[in-house]
Amino acid sequence: MGRYGLRVVALGYLTLILIAPLAMMVWRTAEDLDGAWAAITAPDTIAAFELTLKVTTVAVVVNTVFGIICALLIVRGNVPGRGFLNAFVDLPLSLSPVIVGLALITLYGANGWLGWFQRHGHDIVFATPSIVLATIFVTLPFVVREVVPTLREIGTEQEQAAHTLGASGWQAFWRITLPSIRWAVVYGVVLTAARAIGEYGAVALVSGNIAGETQTATLRVEDAYQFSYGNYAPAYGIAFVLAATAILVLVAMLVLQPKGARH
Amino acid sequence: MSIAALRITKSFDDFVALDDVSVDVAKGSLTALLGPSGSGKSTLLRIVAGLESADAGSVVIDGVDVTGRPPQDRGVGFVFQHYAAFKHMTVYDNVAFGLKIRKRPKAEIADRVHRLLKLVQLEGLAKRYPSQLSGGQRQRMGLARALAIDPAVLLLDEPFGALDARVRAELREWLRRLHDETHTTTVIVTHDQEEAMDVADQVAVMSNGRIEQVGSPRAVYEEPANEFVMTFVGQAHRLGDTFVRPHDLEVTLEPNGATREVMIERVVHLGFDVRVELVDGTGDRLSVQTTRDQAELLELAPSQIVYVRPTRHTTFT
Amino acid sequence: MTTFLLVVVVLPIAAVVWKSTGNGWSGFWEVVSSPQAVAALKLSVISATLAVLTTAVFGTIIAWVLVRDSFAGKSLVNAIIDLPFALPTIVAGLVIMALYGPRTPLDVTIGSFHFDADITFTRTAIYVALLFVTLPFVVRTVQPVLIELDRELEDAARSLGASGFTTFRRIVLPAILPGVLSGVAMAFARAIGEIGAIVLIAGNLPFKTEAASIHLFYRIEQDPEGAAAVAVVLLAISFGVLLGIGAVRWHVTRHERG
Repeated sequence: MGRYGLRVVALGYLTLILIAPLAMMVWRTAEDLDGAWAAITAPDTIAAFELTLKVTTVAVVVNTVFGIICALLIVRGNVPGRGFLNAFVDLPLSLSPVIVGLALITLYGANGWLGWFQRHGHDIVFATPSIVLATIFVTLPFVVREVVPTLREIGTEQEQAAHTLGASGWQAFWRITLPSIRWAVVYGVVLTAARAIGEYGAVALVSGNIAGETQTATLRVEDAYQFSYGNYAPAYGIAFVLAATAILVLVAMLVLQPKGARH
Repeated sequence: MSIAALRITKSFDDFVALDDVSVDVAKGSLTALLGPSGSGKSTLLRIVAGLESADAGSVVIDGVDVTGRPPQDRGVGFVFQHYAAFKHMTVYDNVAFGLKIRKRPKAEIADRVHRLLKLVQLEGLAKRYPSQLSGGQRQRMGLARALAIDPAVLLLDEPFGALDARVRAELREWLRRLHDETHTTTVIVTHDQEEAMDVADQVAVMSNGRIEQVGSPRAVYEEPANEFVMTFVGQAHRLGDTFVRPHDLEVTLEPNGATREVMIERVVHLGFDVRVELVDGTGDRLSVQTTRDQAELLELAPSQIVYVRPTRHTTFT
Repeated sequence: MTTFLLVVVVLPIAAVVWKSTGNGWSGFWEVVSSPQAVAALKLSVISATLAVLTTAVFGTIIAWVLVRDSFAGKSLVNAIIDLPFALPTIVAGLVIMALYGPRTPLDVTIGSFHFDADITFTRTAIYVALLFVTLPFVVRTVQPVLIELDRELEDAARSLGASGFTTFRRIVLPAILPGVLSGVAMAFARAIGEIGAIVLIAGNLPFKTEAASIHLFYRIEQDPEGAAAVAVVLLAISFGVLLGIGAVRWHVTRHERG
């Protein structure tokens, strides 16, 4: 197959699977802009966007701190079990979101091992806390996986130089280590946010899906679809907002790559 | 400031990097730790700096026992082979780093940094980033950075190893002139024997975690303590149980007393020097270093049979 | 930190495994061997396998074209590859439905010949959804390998008389195979557990288009122990496949280890 042939096959496949469907969705949204806009600005939708935003922020903050600490341990730590650490961090990537949801319900449900909270009125399952937990779980790996190779590549020489110049351990960390991994962290944060916004399966299970209260943006999309009675514009409209966010994420990824964030 | 490393021992798992090593560095001198890779010279330097800790022994800098102190408390300046430049900072910020840590006033920092940049001939590049500099420039920045904190002692770990030959030679000369101006006690680690001879007041030859000999470059070359030093510092041929330097072999056209018969394989003209490659009756190869004039005088040519005799030789008991 | 991670990651899994034993061995087996569960598991495994194999082939071709070819808009195409990764899965499902759903514009009727691209409520829907979702995995694992690949190796082969295809088969393919296998492993793990992309388009008809993830979802309410049992089987299958791929990868790279 010549070069031209391969190109046609590749682009053809991409068109069939990716580009054409995407274009179609945009088209359908544009067809009924009023319907789409009404759905986007409905109070339940706004509430859903707000919830997604809150949950995403928490997940990003937690996993950034955790991710940096974890990466430092994996690359530079002298603790036994580093290899396990590395493997466990990757685990959420291969788990089905439904199983994640099931696990959380099993653990934190009224009859679960950690069911104390649920039984005493501090609802975790079928309430926001479980959404946060589920999102934190599924976005666990991203910052770690981006920072680890960068840390490996940089090595410890710069910190050593800093020490010879008088910097304490803490000073070297703030002035040398953190700045040198900043792009990897930012890239990891972008991926974390995208995943957090897009989480569906686990959240669908644990949240209870109560419109206006425990519905995230993704659940709202499904909701809009289920109750659309053939007119999919509302669902497409909300989906379009999420798709636009995803494209912003892609742009961010594109911009960050040359800064040495990804290999 | 003087440095004394006393009875330093260091192992990495099974590998003994340093075995009861002691060395003294005179105040204001430039000492080279010379040896092949694996000889322990870098390890010793890093132990002096506090970047590694010895299993046994102590380090004394200017009369103060600094064993156990972290690098930031030793007052040493360190220059790394691969520069260890702070990539996310400008040249200015790199050089100013140590001063900022010490919370010096801004005006003082600016003054010092600019003077140092002038000293290392990097003025005008203050706002650049290390990635925009050549290797030689990065290393000069590294030197300026280390000097900025007015270190008691300056330690350089194969500082020119990552640079190409010409830049290496230039920086070598430049380092010597810098030392003549500042008189900071300096220790340089190198595997390049020519570099050590060129730059240092005192050479400590190391091999396999031990110090083989300490002395001036001339002493180490002309009065080597053992076979290793003789063969590592400069070239040497083994003739029986004695060692001869190529330039201490005299070539004659007739046998003359203690000469040996050899055949010329190649006459290599290296500018002013001529290297004559010879093979003797038993198939052993030798080379003689002589001058162009001498070679012409004797009309040396390949396949010629000549006779060689050492004018100077050394035997180790 | 290891204990922290152990608690956060291992504990939930342990809880699920524990739950699955709630009804004892017989209960476990009863659920797992029930016709509906078996059908769901079978569907998930087969769809995932087919989709991943397709992605492996086309993903490699796409990676090749992105690395070796150049055409207007290539960087744009390169950027979109990550879209399925960045897009919420439920949106992915809707996107596919826009073109391949009830109101698809691809609808032709010529005489008695009728074709429309509406694949809702069919197994093909699951297949296509999985293709969408797994696209980036193989492309992104093969690309770096291709970029690193020394062109001189191929030139050497050519100069020794190998044809284009032979060069590909004997020089390029072995080099990119580990990358392909990594991508395949990640894609499979993703595909077998996928829910968001298929929940709308597949229709979730039991025995027909109900994937294991959907089956799990609906089972949880009435029968948490049973759901846990199915989950454990799903985990075991994923684990087994990943181990298998890992073993193949290890075997394929055996010459590169010292």
